[in-house]
Amino acid sequence: MGSQTIVRDSDAELIALLRDGDEAAFARLIDAYSAPLLRLALAFVQSPSIAEEVVQETWMAVVTGIGRFEGRSSVKTWLFKILTNIAKTRAQRERRTIPFSEFEVDYGDEPAVDPDRFLPASHPQWPHHWATPPQPWSMGPEGTALDRETMAVVRRALEDLPRAQQVVVALRDVHGWPAADVCAALDISEANQRVLLHRGRSRVRAVLERYFNDTATLCNAESISDTKQAGQ
Amino acid sequence: MTDDITTDLACKELVEIITDYLEGTLPERDRARFDAHILTCPPCREYVAEMHATLRLTGRLTVESISPGARDDLLRALRRMKASSTEL
Repeated sequence: MGSQTIVRDSDAELIALLRDGDEAAFARLIDAYSAPLLRLALAFVQSPSIAEEVVQETWMAVVTGIGRFEGRSSVKTWLFKILTNIAKTRAQRERRTIPFSEFEVDYGDEPAVDPDRFLPASHPQWPHHWATPPQPWSMGPEGTALDRETMAVVRRALEDLPRAQQVVVALRDVHGWPAADVCAALDISEANQRVLLHRGRSRVRAVLERYFNDTATLCNAESISDTKQAGQ
Repeated sequence: MTDDITTDLACKELVEIITDYLEGTLPERDRARFDAHILTCPPCREYVAEMHATLRLTGRLTVESISPGARDDLLRALRRMKASSTEL
């Protein structure tokens, strides 16, 4: 995982340190949570610059509010609540709120794979089995130009996801948050979280599949034309 | 006997329950059907491998955090808070 968001101090210790104005503890908290909080803010506001302001306001609220924090919830949950309140207020002010209904998924059809790639239900031997099976991906080793190109495709695929799927996939798979934290932060059910995660991951896989298939076709075409040229 | 389990799950269904499988939220019986299916179905094994590769690649994305300037501002604010509370 790219960046696990683990704050090692127990909550009680952490709160005591923050109340004491311990800069190192606060810096650790900022470093561990700013990136995922930015992503979370984007669930409510449209622009990345407003999301950054929301995160800064959240940290200011932590600085000024730690004395009043009663420790009834975890520091994490407290952070989520502050951020979502600030983000929602901000979104209303900007009138650019993202309809939260996006997170209420319908359980209707959004197949993970194009249904045409499977044999029909009426197939005598293999109903609903692969007609066009997935082909192996040939990935370049880490750090190569091909690998950098692949990573750009992954980033693009993530950013192109519908907002609710994007936020869930990013928090789970980029920031390494557990499902329970994502549900708490977005105030959605586990089932909703799983559907959004499934749809988002399936779309990213499909984008990568197209990319690797196209690259393979291109390489084959090049090697065929190389062979032809060599034969001439 | 095992045929009952394997013929039971179609590839089209497998691609829809893969997230539940990876999340560990699939009921025991479906989990067994899933495991049995991928033993005998190379394309679905490939699909599972691709999903794992997708997660690995997504996990390697770099993340943007707040700017270093904003971070310094916050730490300064904390220092000011501390100074004003000790003055009281």
